[in-house]
Amino acid sequence: MYTAFISDTIVALATPPGVGAIAVLRLSGPQAIAITDQVFQGKKLTDAPSHRAYVGFIVDGDRSLDEVVVTLFRGPKSFTKEDVVEISCHGSPYIAREIAQLLIRQGARPSKPGEFTQRAYLNGRFDLAQAEAVADLIASDSLASHQMALQQMRGGFSKEIQQLRTQLIHFASLIELELDFSEEDVEFADRTQLRQLVVEIKRVIDRLVQSFALGNVLKNGVPTVIVGKPNAGKSTLLNTLLQEDKAIVSEIPGTTRDFIEDELTVEGVTFRFIDTAGLRETVDKIEAIGVQRTREKMSQAALILYLFDVNTTSEKELIRDLEELKSLEIPYLIVGNKVDTFEEVQLEKFHNFDGIIYISAKRENGIEEMKQRLLETINYESLRNNDTLVSNLRHYDSLRETRAALEEVLTGMDARLPGDLLAQHIRQALFHLGSITGEVNTEDLLDNIFSKFCIGK
Amino acid sequence: MFPEYDVIVVGAGHAGCEAAAAAATMGSRVLLCTMNMQTIAQMSCNPAMGGVAKGQIVREIDALGGLSGIITDKSMIQFRMLNRSKGPAMWSPRAQSDRMLFAWEWRLALERIPNLDIWQEMVSGLVIKDGRIAGVRTGLGIEIPGKAVVLTNGTFLNGIIHIGQKQFGGGRTGEKAATGITEQLIELGFESGRMKTGTPPRVDGRSLDYSKMEEQAGDDNPEKFSFDPQTKPLTQQRSCFITYTNTAVHETLKEGFDRSPMFTGRIKGLGPRYCPSVEDKINRFADKERHQIFVEPEGWDTVEIYVNGFSTSLPEDVQYKALTKIPGFENVRMYRPGYAIEYDFFPPTQLQLTLETKLVQNLFFAGQINGTTGYEEAACQGLMAGINAHQNVHGKEAVILKRSEAYIGVLIDDLVNKGTEEPYRMFTSRAEYRILLRQDNADIRLTGIGHQLGLASDDRLHRMQQKVKGAQELVEKLKEIRVAPDIANPVLEANDSAAIRERSGLYQLLKRPTVTLEHFAAAVPEIKSTVAAYEQEMVEQALIEVKYRDYIDKEEQMAKKMIALENLSLNPNFNYDSIPTLSIEAREKLKRMKPQTLGQASRISGVNPSDISILMIYLGR
Repeated sequence: MYTAFISDTIVALATPPGVGAIAVLRLSGPQAIAITDQVFQGKKLTDAPSHRAYVGFIVDGDRSLDEVVVTLFRGPKSFTKEDVVEISCHGSPYIAREIAQLLIRQGARPSKPGEFTQRAYLNGRFDLAQAEAVADLIASDSLASHQMALQQMRGGFSKEIQQLRTQLIHFASLIELELDFSEEDVEFADRTQLRQLVVEIKRVIDRLVQSFALGNVLKNGVPTVIVGKPNAGKSTLLNTLLQEDKAIVSEIPGTTRDFIEDELTVEGVTFRFIDTAGLRETVDKIEAIGVQRTREKMSQAALILYLFDVNTTSEKELIRDLEELKSLEIPYLIVGNKVDTFEEVQLEKFHNFDGIIYISAKRENGIEEMKQRLLETINYESLRNNDTLVSNLRHYDSLRETRAALEEVLTGMDARLPGDLLAQHIRQALFHLGSITGEVNTEDLLDNIFSKFCIGK
Repeated sequence: MFPEYDVIVVGAGHAGCEAAAAAATMGSRVLLCTMNMQTIAQMSCNPAMGGVAKGQIVREIDALGGLSGIITDKSMIQFRMLNRSKGPAMWSPRAQSDRMLFAWEWRLALERIPNLDIWQEMVSGLVIKDGRIAGVRTGLGIEIPGKAVVLTNGTFLNGIIHIGQKQFGGGRTGEKAATGITEQLIELGFESGRMKTGTPPRVDGRSLDYSKMEEQAGDDNPEKFSFDPQTKPLTQQRSCFITYTNTAVHETLKEGFDRSPMFTGRIKGLGPRYCPSVEDKINRFADKERHQIFVEPEGWDTVEIYVNGFSTSLPEDVQYKALTKIPGFENVRMYRPGYAIEYDFFPPTQLQLTLETKLVQNLFFAGQINGTTGYEEAACQGLMAGINAHQNVHGKEAVILKRSEAYIGVLIDDLVNKGTEEPYRMFTSRAEYRILLRQDNADIRLTGIGHQLGLASDDRLHRMQQKVKGAQELVEKLKEIRVAPDIANPVLEANDSAAIRERSGLYQLLKRPTVTLEHFAAAVPEIKSTVAAYEQEMVEQALIEVKYRDYIDKEEQMAKKMIALENLSLNPNFNYDSIPTLSIEAREKLKRMKPQTLGQASRISGVNPSDISILMIYLGR
């Protein structure tokens, strides 16, 4: 009965947010298996038997995001009675988010609060008492999400989106004006002007969409990886930065075995140090920096802190490692450690390298300077000063849909598509933007038209 | 003296005439009450039918078996298809009518319907027994029994006419207002409000100098409104003329502002923003130096002219003086001054989607008393009210058109769910499925429904089916035709479209916006002969199918989702307070509006998607 409008596939994190051993993403809907299949390297899922787990990789083009376990539950034998897929990935919020975004780009939609449970209910899984609990959840979440939306709107987001909405309404009304009031004695905007207006609106949306990655970084912390040879002093540096004895430090290379994820806040920006232990096996030899698995680990980072021991590292080694770092195209900072046991003049051998920062993690020398350089490396100033950031996945999704519709508008204008068909794309754009700003209805358009143009015989 | 009627219709304007004709044709015994038999189907405003969105409505009325399309065809003096340069969803038929002929044709049509009686008298009250309608009471004190009543009082309920500082009761100039009904309805618990509209002066065409105006002729190949072949397109037409106001006109009008009932606050009712008086235009858009004036002939033979665009309630001397400043009007002789009229309406949120009132069973409202403006808007409501009054009385299922099915569905759904603050006029932008609701396919959309009700003839149904079949056949044939680059490229180049490198399907090429079938037919004899085997209507339908399939698909999908919500009915008496998780605003609105389906609930402002989710859960599965 409800299948007609439960026709889309939803995705959400099924485990609590934050760091854990594993995280589980869940998809439900007719396309759940097909969408997962598109990004899963392993068994062909569309033909695979139900209620079985499959090991493989989640890949985004050439980039491998994580090694995962995928479990299939074909409807109706599933939680929602629809096709359900559960993806168990490593328990980093960053990885889970990356995978979720990938699935959304493949056609899934971020679920609304309580939506899995709601589908389960509508498909006949629960009784009314349980259903009422779901209703409570939806109601309280919708209330909370309003407050959250306010909190989540960093910088001028809300204002910028409002401006965008006004501009888009203006554009839509110019098109509608030509359609409904073609007989009126008003001046219609020419196509070049209209095109310019769409390009302008799209430019703003582009920037907002791009800011999502940065916005996330600021909201959830900058994922930072410390790499370097064993015994370069990674754990000592981490302890110094965090000022607490979280990592086990010893003189024996490779003693940092436990999963360490911790946060450092510099002037309001959080740096999240991820999974340094995971590098152990591959960083045994520095050549291993080029090894696939290390690359994968590092590609999850938004910032790489490359640490070397100034006493034992040769110029040649440094050149080779830096080339590797550059090829990753992720901002990095080169830090020479253990200046404590070293004569300053001998730093000469690194004078051909720009931007090295020298510290003694043990004696806590140069740490403050290094923190400042962390901020500079992620270009924090430019973020703080001008630009609006999108940090909410639902907003991100809506903006992307808005942009896609606007692209259709531009293509249509270039192909000289008649206004009523253009209007269909514009309505799509307004609809998607409206999911952030509140619905745009015909009255909004007509109000705009009547206030700006003298209409009527 | 009177039998018990199945349906009594009060008022014989566009709404009343359609209501009476529909109910009687379907088999009800019908009485049409009018204050004056000489003014049946009088066009109170400009002598024209159709236009953007409105033309689509007339085509829908016609497809359902209403009479407005046929009457317009029989009385038109000019036909234009507006928006020809835009996509097919925007093509909108519009006709200039002979005002007297239009009314005359309606009267003849009504007289030809066997079980339709007419009674000339003012209805001053309703007879209500146990919450149901039982008949009407007239000015002479006669009680006429009826099982259902359709009120279509137009602007007559407590109508007040304003010209300058003069004001007097009236439903139209020269006609009495109707009293009594509003008061009784308020006593019954109805809410009422005041609206305002206006008309321009009428002048003697012999006093105008047309050489100073632009001519606006009808189409070279005029079409018509009705799908029924009994009416024919015009072979000769009359032109309209266009002229403009100027600053001298504006200055003259301003001299009368201190005597304007609009600006002095005498008029309290809210007028439409899209149909402003000329004083409103120059007041609100002060920087605009001129406004368009359409000089519209009132008929084939009469010299009377309707000065469209010059609606005003300024004193008659100011009207006259300002008119003389308009190019071509220097020696104008005025027949009747323009005026504004205020009248009672009943906020349409008090209605069900059948146009039956929520408060009184078998009492229906249609037309301007529901807060709409326009002949077409009124006529289609009358038709639906007439249909549903008949269905109710005979214990048959209600007829409700969906938003994805007809502009009529959009109009009634908007009125009932959203209400209206100003006189409601249809715009294509109000329809979310605009590409589905075209004038060319109104018959395909609605003839089936009209036929089932006994309104549309077998012949109409058959013709519609032939049209669909022919179009489908032609589409299949077009899909098979492939053209070589040396033949296609000259055609494509001539139309600014990219050349092809290898043999391509005609079907795909025709999807390009600037490429038409005529271009190819002219260049390729095979295509020409294929197309020539089909009637024009079929070819048009096939081409729209080819060019716009993707867009049509998209809207059909959206419509399907909405229909799923539409099929979930709500109990109008459900106690929304029993769901504390609904937002307070949603609870209040739902209690007041009593939506009949979940889809309807979703369109009420203040009811959010989360509220709908919650309602869905309580609806169960």
